[in-house]
Amino acid sequence: MLDARVPEGPLPEKWTRCQFEMKLVNPANRRKFTVIVVGTGLAGSSASASLAELGYNVKTFCLNDTPRRAHSIAAQGGINAAKNYRNDGDSVYRLFYDTIKGGDYRSREANVYRLAEISVKIIDHCVAQGVPFAREYGGLLDNRSFGGAQVSRTFYARGQTGQQLLLGAYGALMKEVKAGRVTLFPRREMMDLIVAGGRAVGIIARNLVTGALETHMADAVVLASGGYGNVFFLSTNGRSCNVSAAWRCYQRGAFFANPCFTQIHPTCIPVHGDLQSKLTLMSESLRNDGRIWVSCKPGDTRRPNDIPEEERYYYLEERYPSFGNLVPRDVASRNAKMVCDAGLGVRGGNAVYLDFRDAIAREGVAVIRERYGNLFDMYERITGSDPYKEPMTIFPAIHYTMGGLWVDYHLMSTIPGLFVLGEANFSDHGANRLGASALMQGLADGYFIIPYTMGHYLASAGPAKVAADAPEAREAADAAENRIRKLMSIRGKRTVNELHRRLGLLLWDKCGMARNEQGLREALEEIPAIREEFWKNVNIPGEPGTFNQVLERAMRVADFMEFAELMVRDALERRESCGGHFREEFQTEDGEALRDDEHFAHVAAWEYNGPDAAPRRHVEPLVFEAVKPSQRSYK
Amino acid sequence: MAVGTISLTLKVWRQAGPDQPGRFETYRAENIPTDVSFLEMLDIVNDGLEREGKEPIAFDHDCREGICGSCGAVVNGRPHGPRRATTLCQLHMREFRDGETLVIEPFRAKAFPVVKDLVVDRSAFDRIIQAGGYVSVRTGQAPDANAIPVPKHRAERAMDAAQCIGCGACVAACPNASASLFTAAKIVQFAMLPQGHPERVRRVVAMVEAMDREGFGSCSKHYECEAACPKEIKVENITLMNREYLRAMVRED
Ligand SMILES: Cc1cc2nc3c(=O)[nH]c(=O)nc-3n(C[C@H](O)[C@H](O)[C@H](O)COP(=O)(O)OP(=O)(O)OC[C@H]3O[C@@H](n4cnc5c(N)ncnc54)[C@H](O)[C@@H]3O)c2cc1C
Ligand code: SF4
Ligand code: FES
Repeated sequence: MLDARVPEGPLPEKWTRCQFEMKLVNPANRRKFTVIVVGTGLAGSSASASLAELGYNVKTFCLNDTPRRAHSIAAQGGINAAKNYRNDGDSVYRLFYDTIKGGDYRSREANVYRLAEISVKIIDHCVAQGVPFAREYGGLLDNRSFGGAQVSRTFYARGQTGQQLLLGAYGALMKEVKAGRVTLFPRREMMDLIVAGGRAVGIIARNLVTGALETHMADAVVLASGGYGNVFFLSTNGRSCNVSAAWRCYQRGAFFANPCFTQIHPTCIPVHGDLQSKLTLMSESLRNDGRIWVSCKPGDTRRPNDIPEEERYYYLEERYPSFGNLVPRDVASRNAKMVCDAGLGVRGGNAVYLDFRDAIAREGVAVIRERYGNLFDMYERITGSDPYKEPMTIFPAIHYTMGGLWVDYHLMSTIPGLFVLGEANFSDHGANRLGASALMQGLADGYFIIPYTMGHYLASAGPAKVAADAPEAREAADAAENRIRKLMSIRGKRTVNELHRRLGLLLWDKCGMARNEQGLREALEEIPAIREEFWKNVNIPGEPGTFNQVLERAMRVADFMEFAELMVRDALERRESCGGHFREEFQTEDGEALRDDEHFAHVAAWEYNGPDAAPRRHVEPLVFEAVKPSQRSYK
Repeated sequence: MAVGTISLTLKVWRQAGPDQPGRFETYRAENIPTDVSFLEMLDIVNDGLEREGKEPIAFDHDCREGICGSCGAVVNGRPHGPRRATTLCQLHMREFRDGETLVIEPFRAKAFPVVKDLVVDRSAFDRIIQAGGYVSVRTGQAPDANAIPVPKHRAERAMDAAQCIGCGACVAACPNASASLFTAAKIVQFAMLPQGHPERVRRVVAMVEAMDREGFGSCSKHYECEAACPKEIKVENITLMNREYLRAMVRED
């Protein structure tokens, strides 16, 4: 029943063929079509700008006070592209292969190949926009290698690649606002999707300044609302990142794919206490020069510089001689957990060392400062410790979510006219995303895929012609209003944060870096209890018809409380280990993830069945024509 | 790491909406661990307020790692607080002493109306960018990324300027509430790059005009902006912007 609409033909020809076969909208007719874009991260901004350039009438929404603050801004390390500027053996095929393998063979070949193909155009476009990528003395672009790859294909702008790419896309968006083709709706939260006549035709949005609910109609809706990592409470995501927009679409009929595929990033600043509000990522590029180790003595309380060389355990270098400190994220994270569980962590706790001593001795302080200066400063600011003098301490943290709304090759969900881009969809990263590939995917989706597939959809489906007072629109607006009224009327004793934290800790414990059947079953019992407590006892001060940040948070947390259950259910049903999904029951003798290709070489796509029934699990089989799934080995 | 705690008195600007009168309210922040951030300290105070059923202090924030530009307030007269090159979210409580009183107010400027408490409307910045803070290239037009070499030092200069996070501290710090540092940063980024050159003249004129139109003051070289800027954007950028502007004027005539 799930038709991914993958074009026929050999892998390298699929996208070209698809582009040719798709219908086009006559330029003069484009402005008659209105497209809503929710989100202004890399995916949403690039989509809005590109669709507007084609002549569509675009309405763009975001939570922040300006589109430029979307969470993409925080990406540090870089963006991949198969340019092979280094002559080190890279190619579209190799990037495709690395991504499929890195994702532990749980992604769709055709999508990943297209992503690798498009990657080269992204860099061209961003350079033309004036994105100040790092350059070499000859004036040409610099590259570095990034977690999980043996070629240098990562383009970067100091430690602020996401910022620079987003500002490029934001500039393009502002250009189109100026041209009158994009209307901007900042500080708006999508509350619901309007579905009429079997297609997505609009959204209900809440004006976060006035609290007013607004109905916006369109001929198609693009969701680019980012990932759901904040379900864990503590994560590296911005505080406003949420699952709500995607969750509403799920409840309106869009399937949710692989929700249990979450990524834990190995290099974050460890948790310092109960009052912490977020975790800070230290770019993985640090692993190019930093060496990861722990003391051989459990509970060692010495300062790291006092621990002699022979008592240091460089566990990644020892266990994975060919990739060493550059193993993929899931492998690096799990190993950190293993050594810490064995009591070898810093002072016996949950942290390991990331040490630049040797790199500084080899390259000199100046070189290291040029490469990582801003990251070192950031670390010092947060921890009060100087990484030029003493190793950093790091620990894994929730960082990215590979799961998301199911989309076909056109990036359309199971609701016609609802397209999903960027981190919000599930498409390209399988069970584990490689470093520097999310930026690439968000921009591929927005700049180079949606402009084509949207045209095809609109040309085929025609205008929606649904009015803002249609029953479907009114029903969605009423649903949003009722939810707000219900939340405001609770006036209980618990704060939103407190309940969110409880949910997050439970998930980190039972559905985090390692999962097992018993823990997942326990979580399935406990989540409804927390949710019930939330709906009985949460307290939201203030009024709904005002700027009310507690209400905003409460609505997002309410959705996390429901979503969490789906995530755990998905983790329970996937009885294998793959990528970031590590089921303790399924591992090789030396503790690596053990896939079960016979039973689980598929995408799990969940269908909502109403509030009282269990969701239904659909399956999209993954067919591997070009690469043969093998046990990943980074030894 | 040994962690101490401190207790503080906060005088915080509370204002229900743009047209409502505002006033300072006093709160106690008790036993704040010195390794939490300034915003986490506000979270703790807000948590207490929420538990009493009172409305918490509204403030903008998102990334909490100094890059999104959402956060910002004036602390004891200094935008983003006392530490150089640091946003409010990255400022940690170890910078303060036990028993201190902190006066916390929003970024004030005519062009930044207060939305609520510490939250201000900075959409004027978006409109300055709309006037020309981009290269007018359409998706699909670009030549190969390495077709046009850019000398490394110019790329670095562009990047220095491009680091602006659009927080508005420069405006809040300026006695004239000028947006010159913000605007100059964008103009200089593009002036350094060959990709920016075709629109160089038009850009500077349009952006400077937009800045005036939005009600920002003009620059009279107090240089408070540079001291407040969390990204260390240099005032030299303003000099360069002025030069670009003059050159544009000469050319236009
Ligand atoms: C600290 C950090 C570092 C990273 N570094 C890298 C890196 O080096 N390389 C890499 O490739 N990837 C990196 N990533 C991952 C990457 O940044 C993200 O996956 C990617 O930027 C997501 O982009 P997006 O456009 O899908 O969503 P986002 O950038 O998250 O944007 C979401 C948008 O949706 C809006 N929105 C959300 N919900 C609603 C709603 N209900 N109503 C209205 N609007 C809504 C938001 O306001 C926002 O505009 C990093 C991630 C983090 C957290
Ligand atoms: S120039 Fe500095 S202070 Fe001004 S908006 Fe940019 S980052 Fe903020
Ligand atoms: S919250 Fe993003 S810069 Fe402070």
